Amino acid sequence: MTATTAEPRREPIISVRDLQVRFQTTDRRATVKAVDGVNFDVRRGETFGIIGESGSGKTTIGRALVFLLNPSAGAILHDGIDPLALPRREFQSHRRDYQIIFQDPNAALNPRMTILASVLEPLELARVGSRAERERLGREALERVGLPQEFGERYPHQLSGGQKQRVVIARALTLKPKLIVCDEVVAALDMSIRGDVLNLFADLQRDLGLTYVFITHDLAVVSHISERVAVMYLGQFVELGPTEEVAERPLHPYTIALLSAEPRPLPSTMREAQRIVLQGEVPSPIDPPSGCRFRTRCPHVQPLCTERVPEWRELKPDHWVACHFADRPNFSTNIPETTP
Amino acid sequence: METGQPAQRKAEGARGGARPLLSVRGLGIRFKTSQGIWQATRRIDFDIAPGERVGIVGESGCGKTITGLSILRLLPGNFAGLDGKILFDGTDLASCSARQMRAIRGKRIAMIFQEPMSALDPVFTVGHQIAETLRVHTDVSYEEARAKTLEMLRHVGIASPERRIDDYPHQLSGGMRQRVMIAASLICGPQLLIADEPTTALDVTVQAQILELLRDISETSKTALMLITHDLGVVAETCTRMITMYAGEVIEDATVDEALVRPLHPYTSGLLRSLPHLSPRHGRLPSIPGRVPSIAEMPAGCRFRARCAHATKGCEAEQKLQDAGGGRKVRCWRFAELNLPGALHPPDAPAAAKVATQ
Repeated sequence: MTATTAEPRREPIISVRDLQVRFQTTDRRATVKAVDGVNFDVRRGETFGIIGESGSGKTTIGRALVFLLNPSAGAILHDGIDPLALPRREFQSHRRDYQIIFQDPNAALNPRMTILASVLEPLELARVGSRAERERLGREALERVGLPQEFGERYPHQLSGGQKQRVVIARALTLKPKLIVCDEVVAALDMSIRGDVLNLFADLQRDLGLTYVFITHDLAVVSHISERVAVMYLGQFVELGPTEEVAERPLHPYTIALLSAEPRPLPSTMREAQRIVLQGEVPSPIDPPSGCRFRTRCPHVQPLCTERVPEWRELKPDHWVACHFADRPNFSTNIPETTP
Repeated sequence: METGQPAQRKAEGARGGARPLLSVRGLGIRFKTSQGIWQATRRIDFDIAPGERVGIVGESGCGKTITGLSILRLLPGNFAGLDGKILFDGTDLASCSARQMRAIRGKRIAMIFQEPMSALDPVFTVGHQIAETLRVHTDVSYEEARAKTLEMLRHVGIASPERRIDDYPHQLSGGMRQRVMIAASLICGPQLLIADEPTTALDVTVQAQILELLRDISETSKTALMLITHDLGVVAETCTRMITMYAGEVIEDATVDEALVRPLHPYTSGLLRSLPHLSPRHGRLPSIPGRVPSIAEMPAGCRFRARCAHATKGCEAEQKLQDAGGGRKVRCWRFAELNLPGALHPPDAPAAAKVATQ
């Protein structure tokens, strides 16, 4: 994205500082720390991937980034400003620049509204232009996502899953956002459709200078589309770095295990001989383990891991990790490369 | 930490010679709908040898789930008819009475599903539900059933089973529930286990545990596994043979290694190439244009024709699942002249050559 002002703006498009999001359980007896102290910047024009298993807090972060949820503590700055400090009116117009798309297009589209009506709704709410003007913008958005004109008159049930997800993308584009949070946007799509939709995201980014935060549990998807990727475990980031670095030279034992656990569609001669199978499952975020949260499942656990929370540190340039022992030699050994 | 071995899939003596455990011939299923009778699947042919692990892959709506259900004759209410034969150990399940089927289900053929929470009854303990299968099919005492249940829970990797046996499903995590389902399915020592997307609802680290368990069980107890999934990675990690389905038909049947390295059907090839795993990072993903034809308006001839880059005159003819040599089958008359890319297209070409020559 090119900054339009004379002096290029250096601030990241989103800065997250010590973000915490807590929820009360329904019986109000306990607090779930869904996100517990996360720091990162999203750079203008990049695709920032967040990967994690269910319950890691990745969806909560996504919602907080666009203020569908308010932080319990910490700050989220958009373009260097805190949107929550804006007057209500300005906040409403500000958030148009930061859109979010969810996994299930069926839940996102009203079955009784035509496709065009759904796409026009954000423009109507924002009171953009005249009716004719809005209609033109809506049709433009549909065209941009590769849907023919006549789709505007159809209803969601007449479209396939991939087409519906395109409609949802078109709707998010109508207000010309700077950033889109994509939460598991291809998870519900069939394999052969997934590629198409991922290609569409890449095209839109190139043409419109969009920034994406791509949230998914799918390692293959995130490493295909993102420049940088963060790995989340129990409400915290355990690793963050350039995608190639994280995928090929992971530093955190959890990332290493995650990469090893991913089933790969490769013939037997090309897959690693030994895979790391983690024992147990993710502990409850109501009562996370002391010290390092991954210690209960970590194959390299040491006494120190129980006592002290590992520091979030930049071990290599631009490559962050939260593990006491990530810099020990032979610790973060690579996953054995394919040996024919 | 535990290390697991990837699926061993040298010939394993499963193919050729040995009589198949399951032999499906010309299987087709029809449903009644408000718009008439719909043919969901047709002309399904495949074999599963004793102890063999076979993956049935395809996208949603291709008929893979209904094929699994039809083997157990668990068909929905709008079921209109079933053609063909399902020979299981010499018996044709398609013509068995309801009573005969009840004696086979759960005892000789067991099935597990995607969502263990909806397959388990929330008001009974897991121990009760596992033992129930055993008590229905065999003459065991309560104590014996409980002892066997404990042993089976331990076998499927549940820590301190004596504490877990009296738990209710909601007290267990997703991975443990799927282990309980596996325990219940194995308690009578079935010859065939049908697993329909058994790890789709689980996280990747838990998925790895469950797949390892299924593989180990199949290897140690010689239970044949029919694994229904949309995930080619899961098949590669678990199975020795892969049957690809498209629009209600089997379109390719080959060992996993052969299908991944050198697919013979354009759909299998397209599917492999569209996976982000196998594509260069940030590059464009090759995709298959169009969509699966609707069940109500299936084209005549090759059903993949409209989306196929290799379609030509001749594809409008009905396609037979034909022998492609070396025990492989494919439903494409052009297979011999097409040289289709597989999982290891150009970026890894030397590696592909190496695998192909082995």
